Amino acid sequence: MADTIRPKKEKAAVEESLFTSGHRACAGCGEALGAKLVMDAAGPDTIVATSTGCLEVFSTPYPESAWRMPWIHSLFENSSAVASGVEVALKALGRKGNTKIIAQGGDGGTADIGIGCLSGMLERGHEILYVCYDNEAYMNTGVQRSGLTPFDAHTTTSPSGKISFGNQRPKKTLLDIAAAHNIPYAATASVAYPADLQRKVKKALATPGPTFIHLHVPCPLGWGYKAELTLEIARIAIDTGLFPLVEIEWGKVTRVRKITKDKKPVEEYLKPQSRFRHLFASEDGKKELAKIQAIADANIAKYGLV
Amino acid sequence: MSKPILLFAQPGSSKVNKTGSWRTMMPVFKHKDCTDCRICVTVCPDACVSGKDKIYNANLDYCKGCGVCAYECPVNDIDMVLEVK
Repeated sequence: MADTIRPKKEKAAVEESLFTSGHRACAGCGEALGAKLVMDAAGPDTIVATSTGCLEVFSTPYPESAWRMPWIHSLFENSSAVASGVEVALKALGRKGNTKIIAQGGDGGTADIGIGCLSGMLERGHEILYVCYDNEAYMNTGVQRSGLTPFDAHTTTSPSGKISFGNQRPKKTLLDIAAAHNIPYAATASVAYPADLQRKVKKALATPGPTFIHLHVPCPLGWGYKAELTLEIARIAIDTGLFPLVEIEWGKVTRVRKITKDKKPVEEYLKPQSRFRHLFASEDGKKELAKIQAIADANIAKYGLV
Repeated sequence: MSKPILLFAQPGSSKVNKTGSWRTMMPVFKHKDCTDCRICVTVCPDACVSGKDKIYNANLDYCKGCGVCAYECPVNDIDMVLEVK
């Protein structure tokens, strides 16, 4: 009898999240939810380095911190370099033990500004998990276009109007860039499936060598949808094929989330978001919708999602 | 005298910032059809839902009223109501 009661007690003990309340993220923030899930999966014996971005700004307004673990912020581009230093310092002091190290950044801090440092970290083979929180623009400074902004999205630096449908370049294939370093584990994850995300974080931290997770986190402010739809939007992104959930080990795709039953047209993903509303306002928008559908179909064909 | 500049912040010290004042809609946990699935605890971006044994509640000191818990609840046991202060 005593054995059956014990797990419940343990559950109550870890009730308080390692990423606490009181941070200044918007209501319904996908990035705050992502950080909470990643930290709870990683556990307390973890050192975190975070690059500049929304995540750093809303979680650590001076002189407070929402992190209940060792946490360091340096610059926009070098969270992976700082984490590399932390890792080799622990090794040199003989204190590495089971301590896990996570480097993290937003989509701009990872795919644009920090990609050099990230590449170096992956190439040098540090035992670090890098998590990229992808909210598809520089949200912290007011929704400017980044390398991971999707095709035709309206941002303040890629405005839609008479002569433009917004962002003219497709989303960078960040997972392929990371996997091309021939690292033991690279995966995409989404806050829509918290259990899947936490499984991937645990798997990545248990894998020796550098690992990479590309995490899709919807942003109610920048994408322009109602706050309660955060998980729903992330779910539809997967079901349309615009953000495929895949795992890559040593350059080979080992696991994908099939969307055979749930497959949806891209319109269902684009319609609730005001950053895509110009696509539904004119006749020419239909041609653009066909182009976005082609991107989704290419993803489906590439990873065999159906 | 101005305060000395601190290089370190205490872990979890953001709790002094009561974000509950941002809220317009308030979650009401009905405790009627709850199946103990803990989805509301998992999906709260502010880590403010807690409880056990089918009795879960949001900490209204920090709840920003985003409504994610009410939307994701599989048995609709959470209502979002306009908060009158």
